[in-house]
Amino acid sequence: MAKDPDDKRDSGLSDSARRSFLKGLALTGGAGAAMAAGGAWGGNTLSDTFADFFQQHYQRMTEDEILDTVARIERKAKRRYGVELQCENTPPQKGVVFGYAINVSKCRGYRDCVHACVKENNLSRDTQYIRVIEMDRDDTDLHHGDHYYDRAEVPADGKYYLPMQCMHCDNPPCVKACPVEATWTEPDGIVVVDYDWCIGCRYCMTACPYQARHFNWGAPDLPPEEINTQTHYLGNRPRPKGVVEKCHFCVQRTRKGRQPACQEACPTGARIFGNLLDPNSEIRYVLEHKAVFRMKEDLGTEPKFWYFRDE
Amino acid sequence: MFSSLGYLIQGKPLYWLWVTFLLSVILLGGWFYIYQLREGLVVTNMTNQVSWGFYISNFTFLVGVAAAAVMLVVPAYIFDRKDIKDVVLMGDTMAIAAVTMAILFVVVDLGRPDRFWHVIPFIGRFNFPQSMLAWDVIVLNGYLFLNLGISFYIVFNHYRNKEPNASRYFPWVLLAIFWAISIHTVTAFLYSASSARPYWHNALLAPRFIASAFASGPALMAIGLQIIRRISDYPIRQSVIQHLALVTAIALQVTLFFLLAELFTDFYNEGEHALSARYLFFGLDGHNALTPWIWTAVALLGIAMVILMIHPLRHNPITMNIAFVLTAIGVWIEKGMGLVIPGFVPTPIGEIYEYTPSLTEIMVSLGIWAFGLLLFTFLAKAALPVQCRYLREHPDDDRGAC
Repeated sequence: MAKDPDDKRDSGLSDSARRSFLKGLALTGGAGAAMAAGGAWGGNTLSDTFADFFQQHYQRMTEDEILDTVARIERKAKRRYGVELQCENTPPQKGVVFGYAINVSKCRGYRDCVHACVKENNLSRDTQYIRVIEMDRDDTDLHHGDHYYDRAEVPADGKYYLPMQCMHCDNPPCVKACPVEATWTEPDGIVVVDYDWCIGCRYCMTACPYQARHFNWGAPDLPPEEINTQTHYLGNRPRPKGVVEKCHFCVQRTRKGRQPACQEACPTGARIFGNLLDPNSEIRYVLEHKAVFRMKEDLGTEPKFWYFRDE
Repeated sequence: MFSSLGYLIQGKPLYWLWVTFLLSVILLGGWFYIYQLREGLVVTNMTNQVSWGFYISNFTFLVGVAAAAVMLVVPAYIFDRKDIKDVVLMGDTMAIAAVTMAILFVVVDLGRPDRFWHVIPFIGRFNFPQSMLAWDVIVLNGYLFLNLGISFYIVFNHYRNKEPNASRYFPWVLLAIFWAISIHTVTAFLYSASSARPYWHNALLAPRFIASAFASGPALMAIGLQIIRRISDYPIRQSVIQHLALVTAIALQVTLFFLLAELFTDFYNEGEHALSARYLFFGLDGHNALTPWIWTAVALLGIAMVILMIHPLRHNPITMNIAFVLTAIGVWIEKGMGLVIPGFVPTPIGEIYEYTPSLTEIMVSLGIWAFGLLLFTFLAKAALPVQCRYLREHPDDDRGAC
């Protein structure tokens, strides 16, 4: 992974060293306040509640403020779920823009990607970033698809399967819509959300043509024993209620050169993920050699998410 | 000035009954809002599919009501109609109450109202000029302060028994006129900006918003002015009410014409773009929760239009007021739930989820309406005696005694 010392965000490793130091500071400093606050502030300490309230936008925080915030996120996870969370802040790699392609011919509707995503990304158990739509073989109209097919055995005769998730548009209408810039495109092309900045107006949800954004209507239903403790600030860390979230191409994995969980889980090889700027990547091969199409291309959203079929 | 606040606590039993009633509704709504704050928006019936509901519906309607104050401001200040100038302050007062309610409806719709400061320019992070919602924050707050400022300046001068200096406030009045159109236009753009949703994504939406607002706003204003005339001795001439009735009649004709144009375009060659309209007017795949509502609205607006187009009926206080009530309810349905909900049904990728407001949403909304009415009551109660005294000391031949 390329590392740039000038970048305000640091790699995960040196991060955690400094963090544990800060954590120590915070623990001694915050102890008095914690005692005084007791069980009030929603199980939070008074100082953490204040820090939560005044927390700055991710892109506006200094390196120290980010470390501070990350430590607080880990403390809160410990308090709330009783888990030792690693909240990292791995920066985007230079010269990388991620893209995705789905081989529709290979998808057999198993939904292994859906479930892997739920686990990997600490999704509330009523939320799924990926939906697989069951379509009739002779039909391409999404309005006729079945989003909630429930069969003993897939694939069913005469059907094909269309997985959808956030398309990480190059011209994302959701980013334009947000009144407070709580969602933006990172340098590696991932459209992310700052869960601590979102005001929960849900205007981005009306703007998204792919139904890719999900709102935490109540507190997320996240079983503590199933929490994935390897998290990223802009990715799979536990979310508060009242904010919007979405697929982030498994930022906690992909920025370290790993596959997104959905691709890893797919048993048929229908999912192809990679660096669009790398001419030797598999995704570039697909884009150059297959008849690809994108969803709702007429809207000008420029998704970085393609579909193709085997010839 | 502050002694005019003393008028707030002088009143007949009926006034106190009214204030007590409104306060109880506000408290009840507040109690439900606290419940919503604690549990989250999960206590509403909104879903990821229908992600805006009753709150934003009311918001949309009220922005229109606020904008319609120009239907008094323009004849009063531009055409210098004395009879309307006497009551124009009540139009501003209604605009203040309506905008305040509209802002409150957005606040209760937020998942994180504790982060409201993120929207404040410079302190927070304001996505301007990209986000239409950022525009809306600016125009709504600007309109609120414009109306507060102008009204306060005029009442304050009247309180000191001075003629307000027209060169001082007239530029602001001009600005407020354009601003009024802008608030409803920007609110329409909020929806028509969404290319994902063909039901909203059309150029006629803003004109439709303005047309229906100029029907519902004057209708509500006329009702309010008649109530004030009945319970106070403030002189409000029938010619003002007739002016508002005429405005409502014309605006209703334009509104229904626009609706017809919309329906023709949707259904002559019906395609995917018309699915939401089909859902709204005829039901889709057996889902038709909104169908009775929209036809009720169309019927109410049609009847109101016919009443107000026939001269004897428009001049008859009973039929005229029936038309006003029908107009207000009709537009509330059509520009509220009838506009917001079908935009989400079906979703851009074809799911159909129906929506009806939950008890919490209804109670919180009632609380906000009660708050708006109380605000209007208090503002009117403080301003009217001042206006009354001023009119008495500056008699005018064609004005009734105060």
